[in-house]
Amino acid sequence: MTIREGYEMVVGLEVHTELKTATKLFCGCPNVFGEAPNTNVCPVCLGLPGSLPVLNRGAVELAMAIGAALGCAIRPSSFHRKNYFYPDMPKDYQISQYDEPINVGGALELPDGSRVGIERAHLEEDTGKTTHVGASGRIHGAERSLVDYNRAGVPLVEIVSDPDITSAAQARAYAAELRSILVATGASDGRMEEGSMRVDANVSVRELGDATLGTRCEIKNLNSLRSLQRAVDHEAERQSELVASGGRVVQETRHWDEGAGKTVTMRSKEEAYDYRYFPEPDLLPLAPDDAWRDRVTAGLPALPAARRATLLGLLGDPTASQRDQVLSVVELGLDTMVTSAVSAGVEATLALARVANEVAAIEGTAIEGAERLDVAGVVTVLEMEQAGELSATQAKAVLADLAEHGGDPRELAARRGFEQLDAGSLDATIDELIVAFPDEWTRYQQGDDKLAQFFVGQVMKQTKGQADGKAVIAGLARRR
Amino acid sequence: MTSAIELAAAVRRGDTTATSLAEGALAAIAAGDGAINAFLHVDAEGALAAARRVDAAVANGEDPGPLAGVPVALKDNLCTRGVPTTAASRILEGWRPPYTATVVDRLVGAGAIPVGKTNLDEFAMGSSTENSAYGPTRNPRNHARVPGGSSGGSAAAVAAGMVAIGLGSDTGGSIRQPAALCGVVGFKPTYGMVSRYGLIAFASSLDQIGPLARTVADAAVCLEVIAGHDPRDSTSLREPAPSLLDALHDGVKGKTIGLVRELVDGSAPDVEAAVAASAVTLRDAGATVIEMSIPEMRLGLSAYYLIAPAEASSNLARYDGVRYGLRVDADDLTTMNVATRTKGFGDEVKRRIMLGTYALSAGYYDAYYGRAQRVRTLLSRAFAVAYGRADLLLGATAPTTAFELGAKTTDPMAMYLSDVFTIPSNLSGDPAMTVPFGSGADGLPVGVQLLGPARSERLVVAAAQVLEDAAPS
Repeated sequence: MTIREGYEMVVGLEVHTELKTATKLFCGCPNVFGEAPNTNVCPVCLGLPGSLPVLNRGAVELAMAIGAALGCAIRPSSFHRKNYFYPDMPKDYQISQYDEPINVGGALELPDGSRVGIERAHLEEDTGKTTHVGASGRIHGAERSLVDYNRAGVPLVEIVSDPDITSAAQARAYAAELRSILVATGASDGRMEEGSMRVDANVSVRELGDATLGTRCEIKNLNSLRSLQRAVDHEAERQSELVASGGRVVQETRHWDEGAGKTVTMRSKEEAYDYRYFPEPDLLPLAPDDAWRDRVTAGLPALPAARRATLLGLLGDPTASQRDQVLSVVELGLDTMVTSAVSAGVEATLALARVANEVAAIEGTAIEGAERLDVAGVVTVLEMEQAGELSATQAKAVLADLAEHGGDPRELAARRGFEQLDAGSLDATIDELIVAFPDEWTRYQQGDDKLAQFFVGQVMKQTKGQADGKAVIAGLARRR
Repeated sequence: MTSAIELAAAVRRGDTTATSLAEGALAAIAAGDGAINAFLHVDAEGALAAARRVDAAVANGEDPGPLAGVPVALKDNLCTRGVPTTAASRILEGWRPPYTATVVDRLVGAGAIPVGKTNLDEFAMGSSTENSAYGPTRNPRNHARVPGGSSGGSAAAVAAGMVAIGLGSDTGGSIRQPAALCGVVGFKPTYGMVSRYGLIAFASSLDQIGPLARTVADAAVCLEVIAGHDPRDSTSLREPAPSLLDALHDGVKGKTIGLVRELVDGSAPDVEAAVAASAVTLRDAGATVIEMSIPEMRLGLSAYYLIAPAEASSNLARYDGVRYGLRVDADDLTTMNVATRTKGFGDEVKRRIMLGTYALSAGYYDAYYGRAQRVRTLLSRAFAVAYGRADLLLGATAPTTAFELGAKTTDPMAMYLSDVFTIPSNLSGDPAMTVPFGSGADGLPVGVQLLGPARSERLVVAAAQVLEDAAPS
């Protein structure tokens, strides 16, 4: 499934992200996910007659943070009404930014070095959620529809890319990088499955070398990075095959059917709405002053690209798999563990490997709200391993204990009996075993290296696993 | 008839009780409203409960506030928690808001007793209160005549003496024109002076709540109570309520008042005569009256009938049958939406929704809505120039005295022209007040209008007081 040879795709993404504010965009209702339907509502977010919106300062700040992180110009802006009838939109219009968005221009550099321009990133309100009860689960043929307005009025930022994306993999990489940035700025939790980050893809194709853009289709319902990549690939294939066989792409909105693995028509251009945008008279223009803008910009945390560069710098000459580890460690936001461990004297390769594998695995299975591994604890475990106080196996076990119980890693190690074996007692054990197994020792001395593992096993048995295998082998070699 | 200020003073002194005033208002409504139809809903229980609270406060030695025990009427586009609020539309029949408008909270906080909800043109769209889904209101001075609109119910209730003060809303003249036609004072404050939170929106950038009262002083005290910043309304001015009562007797000595040709031209001779007489009164009181022309005012009506319907088409979209109010069931969503709105809205509301939808449509926006906004800017600039020469402007409030029921219902343009003198102040957002000043040939009241620049409420009430003191009976 891929684009036909001789064609290229042109893709632009529109990403909607819910902002992690305490309250909704225009009222004081809590901005939380997963409550009982229609419990986080008030006259304002229900759009009751006579109610009026009041802009949430926190949402503006997060929107500016996103703009600053994407290198946008933060501009004086205003709100418009986007008018169309839909039952999950309480006022039957959406308050959004139109010709004067708060963030304009900007770019995102992807890990592979490619660059995708950002046209704008503007503030708007989310709609409620409709559930269609009936066979199809869609509006047509539903027995009835239920609307939950808890999400109505939740703040969104819509980030519109330039049509700079040329492959499905790049589309995925863009969305992944954007998600890392949104999480890093604290603007969003970036959870695509819960809909807190939603992606629409505008896809068109053209013959290689053609300068004009083809007719585009907008694909909706892309709720995972995998869906995004598959849908873009599929749509580019569909369009290129259509064009190659003499057909014409019709501008329309298409729906990604994950199960069927294809896009299907949702509504055509003729059915497109005339949104009748006009300035929202209930809100004043939004013009953040320089001081506010500077404060938000100055408060930005280190962004993923810079954090990747930091880790790569620590490694010196990273391998391909270490580059992948760096990518995933930063995407998971675990890179401070690596840098802290390195500052404490742990080798970068060891720190990266443990964090990218064991720590990442633990964090990946952590349930929402569960205690995450704390940086200090992880650093202590890595220091102990670096110093030879813990073997690799022991270090992994202590990390697991740390995740489960928390506490002081040294106590956890002690509780497991991972007391440090001093060099003297290890030597004594080796000497005892040489005496106890003279035949095996002789064969080892004659060059049968496999016997080393036999002695390691015996040492582990004697010491209840407290010895470091490498130290045992070194001890044996010295006596050979 | 006793003024609101006198009634409140009597209650605060303990000379009378809020309960007896509320009972009096309820009795007056019961006796007189059958013929007038000023009220859509009378909340006797709520009124008496509020009155008892005021009386208890007085008994405890507390001061219930400057409107202690004063019966007030609320235009039925102001939300009142648990009390039916319809905007005179079928589409909101039976709806009881879960919250109360800021202005109503403030009135009650000042001791006022809301006795009921008054009739209006549906969603405040009209100039005669004939566009109500619940029947027209009649002018208390002559039951064959309209009370004006859209705040015709509040104007009639005040004029008939059922209540001392009524609240109205003014989008293109909807406080001032009915006040003039019923012979009472009507005050549209500076846009943003009074919170719109809880006012069912018609045209958000033009709507403003204000008082109707029998005296300038009563209107002033009411505005003092309801004005001032409200954090729930982003367009509300970030300043406290103006102090007006202490400006009532400032007079107009040394002030320049511009008699604006465009605010008189086209009015009936008796109205024109009343305006001329009011100019003489102001001159006699020490003002310099100059004649002025503001030609841009002639463009106001056209701009208004694009901007107001455009905003209305969006504001009224939410009445879709999904969440509250009327729902006409149907097999699918769109049919339900259409059937509900077809049945729920009256003709004038539908006309304006269509006008506004058209004005905002792709391909027409610049020619209609965009151009109307430019006219609005032009008009505001013209006002600014005028206020460089004059402190206040003077003109007629409405072109005629109250007209007969049915006289203009078949001719929307004729009806729209009733607001030609009031619309400019809504477009500029400036304050304007109508004061009764004599009668027309038919013996019905004539109102003259004072206009001032933004935040000039103190100047406006001072001049209005001069006119009230000298008004021919």
